[in-house]
Amino acid sequence: MNKLVKFAFFLLILLSAVFIGLVVLNIENIAVLSPEGMIGQKQSNLLVLSIYLMLIIVIPVFILAWFVVWKYEVSKKHTDYDPEWNHSTIAEIIWWGVPCIIVIILGVMTWKGSHALDPFKPIVSDTKPLRIQVVALQWKWLFIYPEQNIATVNFIQFPEKTPIAFEITSDAPMNSFWIPDLGGQIYAMSGMKSQLHLIADGIGSYRGLSANISGDGFSGMTFVAQSSSLEDFEEWVASAQNSPDPLNFQSYRELAKPSSYNVPAIYQLGEEGLFDWIVMKYVMPMPAHKEKGMNHVFPTY
Amino acid sequence: MFFQHIKVRLAAIEYSDIFGRLTLEAFKHDAIEASVGISIIFGSIILVAVLTYYKLWTWLWTEWLTSVDHKKIGVMYLVVTVLMLFKGVVDALMMRAQQVLSVGDSFGYLTSSHYQQLFTAHGTTMIFFVAMGAVAALMNIIVPLQIGARDVAFPFLNNLSFWLFAVGASLLMVSLMIGEFSGAGWVGYPPLSGLEYNPGVGIDYWIWSLQISGIGSLLTGINFLVTIFKMRCPGMTLMKMPLFVWSVFNSVILIVFAFPILTATLAMLSLDRLLGMHFFTSDFGGSAMMYVNLIWAWGHPEVYILILPAFGVFSEVVATFSEKRLFGYVSMVWALISITILSFLVWLHHFFTMGAGPNVNTFFGFMTMIIAVPTGVKVFNWLFTMYKGKVHLTNPILWFLGFVFIFTIGGMTGVLMGVAPVDFQVHGSLFLIAHFHSMVVGGVLFGLIAGYVYWFPKIFGFKLNEKLGEYAWFCWMFGFLLTALPLYALGLMGATRRMDHYEASTGWAPLFVVAAIGAIIIFCGIGFQVLQLLVSFKERNKNRDLTGDPWNGRTLEWTTSSPPPVYNFAFIPEVKDRDAFWDQKQTGIPLHGEYKEIHMPKNTPLGFYIGVLSFTFSFGLIWYMMWLAAISFVGIVVCILLRLFDQHTDFYISAAEVKKIEEQTLKNKRFV
Amino acid sequence: MKQQFPDTHHDVSSTTIFGFWVYLMTDAVMFATFFATYVVLQGGTFGGPGIRDIVHLPFVLTETLLLLASSFTCGIAMLGVPKRETTKVIFWFFVTFVLGLIFLGMEFFEFNRLTADGHNWQTSAFLSAYFTLIGTHGLHIVAGLFFLPFFLAQLWRCGFSAAILRRLTCFRIYWQFIYLIWIFTFTIVYLIGVK
Repeated sequence: MNKLVKFAFFLLILLSAVFIGLVVLNIENIAVLSPEGMIGQKQSNLLVLSIYLMLIIVIPVFILAWFVVWKYEVSKKHTDYDPEWNHSTIAEIIWWGVPCIIVIILGVMTWKGSHALDPFKPIVSDTKPLRIQVVALQWKWLFIYPEQNIATVNFIQFPEKTPIAFEITSDAPMNSFWIPDLGGQIYAMSGMKSQLHLIADGIGSYRGLSANISGDGFSGMTFVAQSSSLEDFEEWVASAQNSPDPLNFQSYRELAKPSSYNVPAIYQLGEEGLFDWIVMKYVMPMPAHKEKGMNHVFPTY
Repeated sequence: MFFQHIKVRLAAIEYSDIFGRLTLEAFKHDAIEASVGISIIFGSIILVAVLTYYKLWTWLWTEWLTSVDHKKIGVMYLVVTVLMLFKGVVDALMMRAQQVLSVGDSFGYLTSSHYQQLFTAHGTTMIFFVAMGAVAALMNIIVPLQIGARDVAFPFLNNLSFWLFAVGASLLMVSLMIGEFSGAGWVGYPPLSGLEYNPGVGIDYWIWSLQISGIGSLLTGINFLVTIFKMRCPGMTLMKMPLFVWSVFNSVILIVFAFPILTATLAMLSLDRLLGMHFFTSDFGGSAMMYVNLIWAWGHPEVYILILPAFGVFSEVVATFSEKRLFGYVSMVWALISITILSFLVWLHHFFTMGAGPNVNTFFGFMTMIIAVPTGVKVFNWLFTMYKGKVHLTNPILWFLGFVFIFTIGGMTGVLMGVAPVDFQVHGSLFLIAHFHSMVVGGVLFGLIAGYVYWFPKIFGFKLNEKLGEYAWFCWMFGFLLTALPLYALGLMGATRRMDHYEASTGWAPLFVVAAIGAIIIFCGIGFQVLQLLVSFKERNKNRDLTGDPWNGRTLEWTTSSPPPVYNFAFIPEVKDRDAFWDQKQTGIPLHGEYKEIHMPKNTPLGFYIGVLSFTFSFGLIWYMMWLAAISFVGIVVCILLRLFDQHTDFYISAAEVKKIEEQTLKNKRFV
Repeated sequence: MKQQFPDTHHDVSSTTIFGFWVYLMTDAVMFATFFATYVVLQGGTFGGPGIRDIVHLPFVLTETLLLLASSFTCGIAMLGVPKRETTKVIFWFFVTFVLGLIFLGMEFFEFNRLTADGHNWQTSAFLSAYFTLIGTHGLHIVAGLFFLPFFLAQLWRCGFSAAILRRLTCFRIYWQFIYLIWIFTFTIVYLIGVK
């Protein structure tokens, strides 16, 4: 067999081993495989189990590929060359049947997992969930805490081991709200309210981002998701409630103007129902508001 | 009044009567864009100069541009494809470089706007003008030969399809120089692609580039569906067709059912943008989600349109180079058919994260996993073809083996993402990018390159240099893995796609460096392929294929000379079994009677003219030069009428001439 | 007129007509997309008028009958083809043309009325979908009516050549198809919408 092919084969094995080795050694740094929250953990378990199941097919394929090349390469002696042999019922049954069985198993896992991990499904817990409303803007994330009467940009803090109930919308193109360390994402769409339920198992600082292109400043749409102790959280809320900046219709209008790589900011929530108004203005023509310029829907950038 | 209303919409945006919204601003670009534009112009000038110096214009016009010969049309597709491959790879290299440099305080060398145009253009170019172009090329050249036909069912439409394809590519290239291209991704989701967020010309260039070439693809689909159905030679029942023809057959069925969805969807988006409609706007009742559903209802079948012919190539290549019948022919055919049907039932897996709910997600996830079963069946059948065969490790087989590794990994990650809750954590990330590149590079591209190498002697009359082909394969194989493996990891680390900057604290930079090195190695692979072409051309006399059958082939295309005569077959073959030529070799080549005159279609410039008018029509609509669009439209209608009422669209090759051509090549054929 | 590829024993007619059917299939898929979009967006009125507010069923019924008549006369015209009755064929195609033209006129009138009342395609997603679906169908009628006179002129000058037979057959199939699409439109947009 040709030298290049032999070399390529060994290189392939080496590359695969190095890759798998590096992943395993660095698994702590791989958010999806080492998440910090229950939802992410369940998703990660599903991922790993699915891969193992599929390896049942994939590994024999690789071995077979190597074997037929090694044994039947034209320079080798051929005692069993059989140019007309082209059918085997047993073989067909096996390679139609076994993958079907694995797919059915994966299907059941998907059914169960999709229901258990439905983003709209609240997390069952003794602790009362924290409500955070999320608005994707160009090009930053606005967070409204309706029960605490505060709002933040590009930063959220929440207590550990507490379910967080996110309601998500957009006043910008389609975005995707994602905190990989805690769990999967969901789209943020104007005129609609998506939901996501996450929980952090411990204390830490996690990276959040948008996973759907929304224009020039898209890459700057990262935010910090801070999980802290309950006391620290309550302290933070208290100081936020004393923030000098109010978030009302006027300051919202300013905020909604395009800007990117925004530094985190904290507001007092000056307008109850701001989130619902942001959702509804895309659905129905909204009555003219007292503030100037808020009765027309097309943003005037 | 009704027509006043149309004017009202357009009047909302500033535009002049003659130049529309085209101003000098459109010609201003940053240094990088400008240099690309200048090199395109430069290259064109050199091309024009060469053609003029060697007095090749007439030859080019009569032999190629107006040709209705499927073989020549296929070669023209190949030329455009290769040019667009360069563009697409350069786009990729620029993106890799940006992602290496744009960390922390540095924002790289590209603006966000430019970066967005790059990834949009990269995806659009690769899918529509490289992959579709290469599929069209192979389909055109090989299918009529493999079914024992003299041409396709509608040769004029075939020529027209090519020109529409070329016009689509031209619009994309022109956007580099005049105006800008879209930055909304290759599928262009609204509201980002709507008027509110992107009022400029970029999205419109993208829309018309796809719309025009999409019509070309649709015509090709109709053409080949009819050709395969109606023009097989006597004795070739459907179950005796070569697998490549079966795969193309399924692919064109997909085209015929999927592309009209794209046509309608792009039309609605352009109505939103041109006439202020509200199909996909955020407000006034529009639904961006509807667009997402429609575009993927087309988009998923589209990727199967690309992969099925690649599978077909592998079926041919593996059987020929194992000197053995393809294993499980019937099973393979049913696998193709099930993939074709299933491909219409999986589209939602592109947006599990849009919130359809667990039941809907599960259905589509399950369908996605099922489609992996027939695909896996095909891989097993190929490997069992090699089992107990005599396996020649030729270039095409190397590409096949590379495919087995890369495509299987990609397929595995695809099924993984079919588990919807898992997809929530990897959707829109670099993991997704690595997955689909494994499929399109490891699957589509490797398959089409294998086909290119395998059929090159048939098309051009001489073999390609084997050694350089091996080096090219090696670079592609390991370059790709070096690019893709880091991207799989990065996706799992939470890196999103389409990202032009990231924080240093992520620690991702070294992985992007490895990916960039991989991309450079791929570029070297392409360099080897270019070198291979040049060297092979120089040494063509040493490597001439004089027999028409350089690989001891099994199917009918190898019974013709290399390249085949314009009429393909002096006598339409009669077929008794699968692997018709192989069968003839065992049982004896049938004898033929007297040569007869052959009826051939005439060349025509109308396809070219309609193409040019489609370009000016699109350009007019993009830049609001309504007079230009109107005149172009009228021109197209006139061309159609001219074609309809042309009574002299064909001619005869006399029996004497056929005899002369055949006797020249006959003495070279090995088996006579 | 000589036939192409006599060796493959497939005559051009059957290939062309088969190809035309395949084209019509693609057209059907395109219309299906517009229908699906219409169904999804018909509620997207943004507080404005819905289908019930803009439709006059008797008017639409008249349009339907006109198109039915046009389809019928097209069939009568084709009946004259095997006997090569040129005058009969041309006459009944002419009637088909006129009926189609009146249909178009009525649609144009309706569009004008809607626009004048302030219900144009920019008002809401529902109206965008409505105008586009009905308009696309209308454009198909325009295309058919545009080519028909050319075919009839050819028939008049050159008689029943193989090409003319092919074209008239294709036109007939096209005309029936476009009527079928109207049936779907009538049902999905008007009947179901107003119920």
